[in-house]
Amino acid sequence: MARDAQAAAPSQGEEGAAPRTHSGAPAPHTGPPAPSESRTPSESAADRRRRARRSRRYRLDVRWSPYAFVAPFFVFFLAFGLFPLLYTGWASLHRVELTAPTDMEWVGLRNFSRLLEDEFFWNALKNTVTIGLISTVPQLLIALGIAHLLNYRLRGSMFFRVAALTPYATSVAAATLVFVLLFGRDYGMINWALGLVGFDRIDWQNGTWTSQLAVSTIVIWRWTGYNALIYLAAMQAIPNDLYESAALDGASRFQQFRHVTVPSLRPTILFTCVVSTIGATQLFGEPLLFNGSAGATGGAEHQFQTLGLYLYEQGWVNLHLGRASAIAWSMFLILLIIGAVNWLLTRRLSKSA
Amino acid sequence: MRRAVILAVVAALGAGLLAGCAEDSDEPAGTASNGGGGGGKGRTTLTVGVFGAFGLNEAGLYDEYMKLHKNIEIKQTSIERNENYYPQLLTHLGSGSGLADIQAVEVNNIAEITATQGDKLVDLGTTEGVQKDAFLPWKWAQATTKDGKTIALGTDIGPQGICYRKDLFAKAGLPTDREAVGKLWAGDWNKYLAAGKQFRAKAPKGAAFVDSATGVMSAITGSNENRFYDKDGKIVYKTNPAVKQAWDIAAAFATESLTGKLQQFTPAWDQGFANGTFATVSCPAWMLGYIQDKGGAAGKDKWDVAAAPRPSNWGGSFLTVPAAGRNKEEAAKLAAWLTAPEQQAKLFAKRGSFPSAKAAYSLPEVSGAKHAYFGNAPIGEIFSKAAEGVPVQIIGPKDLIIAQNLGDVGMLQVDQKGRSPRQGWDAAVKAIDNALDQ
Repeated sequence: MARDAQAAAPSQGEEGAAPRTHSGAPAPHTGPPAPSESRTPSESAADRRRRARRSRRYRLDVRWSPYAFVAPFFVFFLAFGLFPLLYTGWASLHRVELTAPTDMEWVGLRNFSRLLEDEFFWNALKNTVTIGLISTVPQLLIALGIAHLLNYRLRGSMFFRVAALTPYATSVAAATLVFVLLFGRDYGMINWALGLVGFDRIDWQNGTWTSQLAVSTIVIWRWTGYNALIYLAAMQAIPNDLYESAALDGASRFQQFRHVTVPSLRPTILFTCVVSTIGATQLFGEPLLFNGSAGATGGAEHQFQTLGLYLYEQGWVNLHLGRASAIAWSMFLILLIIGAVNWLLTRRLSKSA
Repeated sequence: MRRAVILAVVAALGAGLLAGCAEDSDEPAGTASNGGGGGGKGRTTLTVGVFGAFGLNEAGLYDEYMKLHKNIEIKQTSIERNENYYPQLLTHLGSGSGLADIQAVEVNNIAEITATQGDKLVDLGTTEGVQKDAFLPWKWAQATTKDGKTIALGTDIGPQGICYRKDLFAKAGLPTDREAVGKLWAGDWNKYLAAGKQFRAKAPKGAAFVDSATGVMSAITGSNENRFYDKDGKIVYKTNPAVKQAWDIAAAFATESLTGKLQQFTPAWDQGFANGTFATVSCPAWMLGYIQDKGGAAGKDKWDVAAAPRPSNWGGSFLTVPAAGRNKEEAAKLAAWLTAPEQQAKLFAKRGSFPSAKAAYSLPEVSGAKHAYFGNAPIGEIFSKAAEGVPVQIIGPKDLIIAQNLGDVGMLQVDQKGRSPRQGWDAAVKAIDNALDQ
């Protein structure tokens, strides 16, 4: 430390003009020897000390300030991310009720082992997968198409881009309530339209497939524009000469899309797949509100009860915090598996690209 | 120097934000340590936490109390649905923070609150101005713990009548006068079913006799002394003949196609009121306002109220004072005043919530009450009579879960999906077993 201070004393009392590496090591000397010791003898020891102190402060500043700047995020993540995660894990190993959250009785992995035999859990998992598939796949395909169209020069493109994002900006609750009315059995607009064409009325909420389709529709409506904008941003980064040369070679617009756009978007498509999968696994608001006000049952036969809903029902309706925590951790593990699969895929793809 | 400043700022921001999340106190600064007495500006702010459109505020009771007590200010926070409000109340009670000075509790939760949260709530039985004798004895008993603390005061109860549409009854050749309609099914729920078949024979197109099988079931279970628990606190719904009878009659409504296949408190049900797609609905006193809201101007003078086949209770609420509150004494005084017979009578006159204080029944606001929307039906008389006949029901901590799964899973499958009553029952039992298993 002392050696550092001598060698790195700043010149002429200015604070920190010398370039320095992040490790705090002194910059290599260039040019004349450091002026600090060869100064006029009139310079007092106090001055020297002050300069040394300043330079030390400066180095500490450079080294630690970045940490101070990122600290808020990490403090909050610890308090509202990591701690709840670990505490939930701890609670999942206990029998604990919401009526007395501090009375915990150790049960080991029983909450997890019983999930394997819990038909409500498997039903919820199955529903989550099917709703996830029938909402995510069309959503991303439509988003890709919309982005492709928005990518061309067209009048009022800004308007269309904003319009694509409006569903995402509306609240889930408001949107879902409108859809509940649209999908109504007796007075829903969709059944009314089907009636005009001569079809029978569909009881959307009570059919397994129909209810899952309806919930997926809400999800698709909300998230398609959002994904389209992500694709659009990636498309704008594709160099134009690729398209020009493709056009010179006589490629049609569709061929350009297939052979230029989609391959360039590969990493973006993967990203949206992962984000949508996570969203689909945690799907909660739409199916909850699609049930009118009947709570978290997900329909009379739990036909659209997702994992998120079942978790909510166990924790906040049935008041079993331990069981709900086990479901939460199972969802977390499922997401980790999905993440691992995605990582492997990415590696494979980047190798093949 | 700069580093120190930055760190200090970061620490202050972090601490401030964390503290802000930990407790959202909406008290104006300077009243936190206020005992009520003291300087001219010393006003105590009392918070009241309720669910739904509870009515205390709408009936003007807070304003009246603030006029009487210049040192008190009352603020209300409301969460729309009890199933969201109740778990939050439990977590707040568990941590002793985030609580309002007064918290409302629904009757389906009162047994659980009394059994598990008694030590976290103030004993209101000893509060000045609370008279045990003013309340219905069973309402008082429901909120009294094993060691004799009364931790909640009743606000209202839900004695039921049957609301019916005179126009649809006339078209189907049934009587429309409320006395005669009450006689159609007096004394027996099976007669109600028979009246339904009579209605079906000549019913106008597109009109069902009742809204939902689940509504019928909860009305019937509400007319029995024991439903899901026996007096020793054991869960007996699977073997209780009263529950089986309620299930069978309600399922018969579904299998005989007498229902509109609706689910209560959903948008489709609301539209049913607006469009007049069902002729009857079992309605506790507090539902009259709901029907008026949803039926709108088109339903005026079309609805009327008759006596139910047997006196029955559905719903009602309580007020509690958490022991962790800062102004327990003032809060207890307010709770006592809000639940006093005079105030309960005002609540009934303004909102239709029927008093749980029997001392209120003789007050003119109650005994002489008529409802303009329901053809000036003498609702004070009808519901007082129903309230007197309501059996003292044995309630239990998990009543809500059992009732919800029987209704929204089991009976709904029979009503809307055409499952057999047996299949619906089995599905409900399976769901309840899973829900009760810790």
